[in-house]
Amino acid sequence: MKISAFHLMPYRELPADFERRYESVWVTPPWWELADARRVGQYYNWTLDELLYAAKCGFDGVCTNEHHQNAYGFMPSPNLMGSVLARATNGTNVAIVQMGATLPTSNPPLRVAEEYAMLDCISGGRLVAGLPLGSPMDVNLCYGITPMEHRERYREAFALTLKAWQAREIFSWNGRYFQLATVNLWPRPIQEPHPPVWVPGSGSISTFDFAVEHDVCYCFLSYSGARSAKTMMDGYWRVVAEKGRDLNPYRAGFLQLVVVAESDARAEEKFARHVEYFYHKCLHVPGVWFSPPGNQDYRSLVATMANPVRRAENPKNLRYRDFVEKGYVIAGSPATVRDRLKEEVINGLHVGNLMVLLQIGSMPHELAMENIELFGREVLPGLRDFWDDGRWVNHWWPEQLRQSAAPVAAGLAAGGA
Amino acid sequence: MTTHVQTSRVIETQERTVSVWQDRVRIRVLSKGRGPALVFFHGPWGLTWDPFLDELAQSFSVLAPAHPGTTPDAHDDVYHLDGLWDLVLCYDELLEALGIRDAAFVGHSFGGMVACELAAAYPDRARRLALIAPLGFWRDPDRIINWMLLEPGELRRQIFRDPECDAARRMFPRSEEQDSSATAARVRMVWAMGTTGKFIWPIPDKGLKKRIHRVKAPTLLVWGKEDRLVPPVYADEFVVRLSDARVQTVADTGHAPHLEQPAMVARAVREFLGQ
Repeated sequence: MKISAFHLMPYRELPADFERRYESVWVTPPWWELADARRVGQYYNWTLDELLYAAKCGFDGVCTNEHHQNAYGFMPSPNLMGSVLARATNGTNVAIVQMGATLPTSNPPLRVAEEYAMLDCISGGRLVAGLPLGSPMDVNLCYGITPMEHRERYREAFALTLKAWQAREIFSWNGRYFQLATVNLWPRPIQEPHPPVWVPGSGSISTFDFAVEHDVCYCFLSYSGARSAKTMMDGYWRVVAEKGRDLNPYRAGFLQLVVVAESDARAEEKFARHVEYFYHKCLHVPGVWFSPPGNQDYRSLVATMANPVRRAENPKNLRYRDFVEKGYVIAGSPATVRDRLKEEVINGLHVGNLMVLLQIGSMPHELAMENIELFGREVLPGLRDFWDDGRWVNHWWPEQLRQSAAPVAAGLAAGGA
Repeated sequence: MTTHVQTSRVIETQERTVSVWQDRVRIRVLSKGRGPALVFFHGPWGLTWDPFLDELAQSFSVLAPAHPGTTPDAHDDVYHLDGLWDLVLCYDELLEALGIRDAAFVGHSFGGMVACELAAAYPDRARRLALIAPLGFWRDPDRIINWMLLEPGELRRQIFRDPECDAARRMFPRSEEQDSSATAARVRMVWAMGTTGKFIWPIPDKGLKKRIHRVKAPTLLVWGKEDRLVPPVYADEFVVRLSDARVQTVADTGHAPHLEQPAMVARAVREFLGQ
């Protein structure tokens, strides 16, 4: 299987009473009261250092993603980060997993097609092209896209992107949202017919359908752990089967928060407050913002309203031990972490492309590095062979990296090609 | 068939569904009353026949179309309209189909903006305009709150001066666990906000300032004195641009004065339209 290190790039020093004093961590947190640009510069560099360290520690890929106007994770341009990572990991077998640049907010979305092609060229064909819809907070609230047009724009942009990468002839695009008379992408990606595509989602049925129809890897980006994702992912695999696709575990990605230490008790000592910071502050967003009117189509709206199953418990009422017990966070000794990941996530959800979040909330740089190092040294080797029985091919991973069991870290220190 | 309470005259409203836009958009029209034609354009929370419309129906033949997408079983029709231009053309087709050459236009909030846009596009179709807290402009110092981002309780407090008034109780039925009618009401309201929001997101200024000078109809602006969503100062934007406009503010009401004080607002509108 493939295991990648994911990073959100959160603001690590929000005040203790943040969630009581401010409306939201997203869209409206006041920069001048809360943040400091020099500090943020340090965060970006720490983020790059942490991901590059993960690359060195044996992870198969490094993931960045796009969000706007928030203290939860603010890489407005994941491709800026991705280009640094691509350059610095040349000569290794580490994939550059962009999770990624958001199509509906890029106008024209060809910009994403171009930048991904650049990243694929710079990295020598190591790009995984995540093509997310983007959260309503980012797309509707921050970037002004009409909620009712969000999915339509995405679908059109997705089709345009794939065509732009592959078309042998110059073509015209006369779309509903985008009109381009002469599409002739420079550069094209190295990977043919195009880099592997991952579509991240948060459990929407229409995204399942879309992912399966387009034969891409569906990635469930959940903060509630595998147990609460079980119903959702079972639903996904049902759609996969119904649409006549094979049950290749690499069709699925899953994001899991992980903290690992010498022992379970030590993990609590080291990480409890950072985990609570994440769930109490970084997810502090008014519920209705996750689904502004029109963002869900009528069918989904009726289903959501009629069925309160998805009414999540309020994480503000939970503490570290609850998060661990419920599997929101997998925490503890290397053995505990390995076993729970295997049982609950990899096997439980039938997942071939695992992403782990190892820098969580306020976790300082040194602690994040320890978490990464220990995971890479003690956990990762015990998971790598899972699904490695020759039955499945990871079609959703750069072809030249599929076979590599252990990344070649040579050249990383020099950062050169 | 829609029936309603709150009136001593037990006359049912009529309803019919009209197809426009190459039969891709179906619009349900509620109607009642006798007299000159009056078209009512509802606001962002959907069409409900209410005491205000009943009052108007005493003097007018009231026709109240449902905004595209809010007609039962025609939810997806709204996807056939890409913007305000399409919407205005759609309403022109609707009036044509209803055999209405001209009429008095009354509109609330989002519907006030639609009525005004229609009167600007087709100046001869609007005999008189009565706009209740209409959208259409944006002033940086007086930002309009985006009601689509409010939790239901907060939305209720923002719409009504008195969130416990009868109209507020009707718009927000008490939601019990597993109460299907409350769920259905919430679905209707959210979908109405989504389908109207499609034409005003993220700022409800879509260029009316460039077109409003074309309006010929005498106009009455009705504003709740305590409108928290669209402050009464927005009336000025209309008054300075229209050649014949007057403002009537209504004390003790918020963004839906015609629901909080139906008799008083209906009287003002009837008097103005009857002149």
